[in-house]
Amino acid sequence: MKYQPVIGLEVHVQLLTDTKIFCGCSTTFGSEPNSQTCPVCLGLPGALPVLNGTVVEYAIKAGLSTNCTITPRSIFARKNYFYPDLPKGYQISQFEDPICQNGWLDITLAGQEPKRIGITRIHMEEDAGKLVHGDSGMGDGSGVDLNRACTPLLEVVSEPDLRSSDEAVAYLKQLHQIVTWLGICDGNMEEGSFRCDANVSVMPVGSKTLGTRAEIKNVNSFKFVKQAIEYEILRQIDLIEDGGTVVQETRLFDPNSGKTRSMRSKEEAHDYRYFPDPDLVPLVISDQWVERSRSELPELPGQRQQRFMTDLGLLPYDAEVLTASRALSDYFEAGVAAHDNAKAVANWVMGEITRALNDSGTSIDACPVPPERLAELLKLIDNGTISGKIAKTVFDEMWKSGKAPLTIVEEQGLVQVSDSGAIEGIIDEILAANAGQVEEYRSGKEKVFGFFVGQVMKASKGKANPALVNELLVSRLKG
Amino acid sequence: MNIFDMTIHELHGALKGKQLSSLEATTALLKRIESVEPQIGSFITVTAEQALAAARSADQRIARGEGTTLTGIPLALKDIFLTEGVRTTCGSRILSNFIPPYSAASWEKLRDQGAVLLGKLNQDEFAMGSSNESSAYGITRNPWDTSRIPGGSSGGSAAAVAAGQAIATLGTDTGGSIRQPASHCGCVGLKPTYGRVSRYGVIAYASSLDQVGPLTRDVADCALMLEAVAGYDPKDSTSVDTPVPDYSAALAGGVKGLRIGLPKEYFIDGLDPDVQKAMTAAIDTFRRLGAEFVDISLPHTDYAVATYYLIATAEASSNLARYDGVRFGHRAQADNLLDMYTKSRSEGFGTEVKRRIMLGTYALSSGYYDAYYVKAQKVRTLIMNDFISAFTGVDVMLTPVAPTPAFKIGEKINDPLQMYLSDIFTIPVNLAGTCAMSLPAGFSAEGLPIGLQLIGKPFGEETILRAGYAFEQATEWHTRKATL
Repeated sequence: MKYQPVIGLEVHVQLLTDTKIFCGCSTTFGSEPNSQTCPVCLGLPGALPVLNGTVVEYAIKAGLSTNCTITPRSIFARKNYFYPDLPKGYQISQFEDPICQNGWLDITLAGQEPKRIGITRIHMEEDAGKLVHGDSGMGDGSGVDLNRACTPLLEVVSEPDLRSSDEAVAYLKQLHQIVTWLGICDGNMEEGSFRCDANVSVMPVGSKTLGTRAEIKNVNSFKFVKQAIEYEILRQIDLIEDGGTVVQETRLFDPNSGKTRSMRSKEEAHDYRYFPDPDLVPLVISDQWVERSRSELPELPGQRQQRFMTDLGLLPYDAEVLTASRALSDYFEAGVAAHDNAKAVANWVMGEITRALNDSGTSIDACPVPPERLAELLKLIDNGTISGKIAKTVFDEMWKSGKAPLTIVEEQGLVQVSDSGAIEGIIDEILAANAGQVEEYRSGKEKVFGFFVGQVMKASKGKANPALVNELLVSRLKG
Repeated sequence: MNIFDMTIHELHGALKGKQLSSLEATTALLKRIESVEPQIGSFITVTAEQALAAARSADQRIARGEGTTLTGIPLALKDIFLTEGVRTTCGSRILSNFIPPYSAASWEKLRDQGAVLLGKLNQDEFAMGSSNESSAYGITRNPWDTSRIPGGSSGGSAAAVAAGQAIATLGTDTGGSIRQPASHCGCVGLKPTYGRVSRYGVIAYASSLDQVGPLTRDVADCALMLEAVAGYDPKDSTSVDTPVPDYSAALAGGVKGLRIGLPKEYFIDGLDPDVQKAMTAAIDTFRRLGAEFVDISLPHTDYAVATYYLIATAEASSNLARYDGVRFGHRAQADNLLDMYTKSRSEGFGTEVKRRIMLGTYALSSGYYDAYYVKAQKVRTLIMNDFISAFTGVDVMLTPVAPTPAFKIGEKINDPLQMYLSDIFTIPVNLAGTCAMSLPAGFSAEGLPIGLQLIGKPFGEETILRAGYAFEQATEWHTRKATL
């Protein structure tokens, strides 16, 4: 029998606010345990939560960027369970009436038509603290660090519309791109700023009844998401084929083995006893607020990609690469603004710039060659001052010294020689010195032409205008 | 007159006029506490040294001419208010070692005025009770008859005012916990409108119902205390940003033309005859003062107690989850996490608290949530609507506070339902979120105080204070003192 996987993703997006969601404590990481806490995030008796307005702004932005409806009156709820990293014995989250509902993202796999993936809801919630085991001074005991407690999260829940691990990864990448593009999340999956749980089930192809699902936790990279889902699909199919049944449970992905293992079954599942948090009033969001947020939204990656193709004439692949991040895309745009040759800027950004960034481990924000300088360099190529080949040498020098391209060209005498007299002189010398090859060429071995070009360029120290060299060589050799 | 029997406005006059110092007053109160405490048991913690230090600094402040109404006034707080550096137990064993690192917003306001804290007052554990018998720190006795309960849960706050152990106190009222003990102990107690006073730093029992309020010796003091603690607090999202009126200035003016509603559901056959008599007399007094009476109905009154015990316990089951032995409070020794939770909570909480946690947990459980919690919220809305529609025709309502005067210690402790019904007239006010005041309106044949309740519109504290003040001026009930 053939099986159809059905996948839905729950993504936790940690928001880049300065302070926590319900108190004024800082959200920065890496501080002394419990140093960034107050009565509210410690869950002390008598402490009360106050909602951070920036979290709401970010949630609205995320919702509008994923085609959600913003709920005019949304409610915070308490999710009750006991765990030492949960100081109040409940997590403040949203249950009924989350802030964003009914959105979607279109994903496109290579060679396929775009597919719409539904987003059920996006809600705001607080993170828990973390347990510390086996640290010095704790003996056998465990410690609780509540610095992370009360850090703001968005949970983005997709519809079970995904049908393969590739679709899941494509959806996840797009969501990742949007939240980092909006600047509401740093997107760091290793540190858990963007983390994902996958609900996976399988059903016979053609069936209309969904199979029993397993929820897989702890998949904190795109690669692991793919691995975990693929493993889980095969595990479930094998189980069914062997006459077994899939049980509803929570499973943990182990990145070392690439397998998932059972964490707790449905019977062991918590009854979270959700109810509206009486300490927080309903969050009322007016149409004006939503419209103001909408007007403040940046151009989104999908829109920008489209514009790069229609307005700048980029190929779809180039447009996609150049919108991989907002910073890269902004760099490219600044380059085009300074030099009206989108194709050339695109090639350089995807070529030399990307290579140099990768080689040096630099991020585009810290690129030592600003886009305006790159544009100056490309201008020198386009107006014939230097050749493309020399431009690479100039670029390396710009990267190292930060000097302007024209300065480098002048200092090192790299101006392209387009004087036909001067080039003819060099050609004549080269032809005279290589009579044998000239003979070969004239007897029909046209391959040696490249040899002459190389020799001329070498003799001119790369400065000869290559087009002119070609032209003059042909006429000299034929003549 | 005994210093310890003075009102705030009397003592303030004496401090301002230099007839008395705060140190003298505080010393007199501490002595009184020492002498009557064995009979009453109002306090869980007496902070004598800190009180004397605060009194000295208040005297300096007064000498500099920088005193305000509450500077140097010896007060005490229900042990539900967090007091930085001073143990705060909430009447529970689970917080027996809890010394808070911060103070309740309402206490900060009093402290900033230079009020003197005498100590922390006994109460039902986590404010769950109507008799003060559920405290882990011993029972509190009614100063008018020490074989009887003082009422609860702010029993210590009422008994201390009645026994001359504090000039005034703060309590909290979730279902009648200020008004019922005030009534039983013959003092004035006001539960403000929900949102009028910050709940920040007050240990939560049922967050949507809890409200801070004063217990005092007369209505004028009540106005002074309310003025001092009321107001918007950005740290409490449920506090309401509306200006605080000058309650003291609103006292005079009388009740001429005031329309007072008598909800028929509150004057039932089972009402104690002495309570009934006191109500009839009070109605006559008000009528004589020019008030008009209107018969009204609050048709959903019968459902109030059941509704309350679903909503309050549901919220409590969640609010009390943080007492898990992990970060503060009592922790039992155990081999694993689950046992530590179970033992710490089993040992730390008393019977009534456990009962309410279980009731509330049940009401919120999957499969029961709609039938209990959701339905209770709907009935709560009906009860609110009862008040809204009744208030279209009247300015205030007059009712008894409790169906009987103070009952005997031990009388209802093993009958939770009977105990719960002692709050039948006070609970609807919390569900509706509006304000109400209890004030002395007579005595039973056995000499026990009987309170009358004036219920106001939301943020109508000025009106009930004005009506209460007029009544107090026309009667002498508030001037009687318990003999100890």
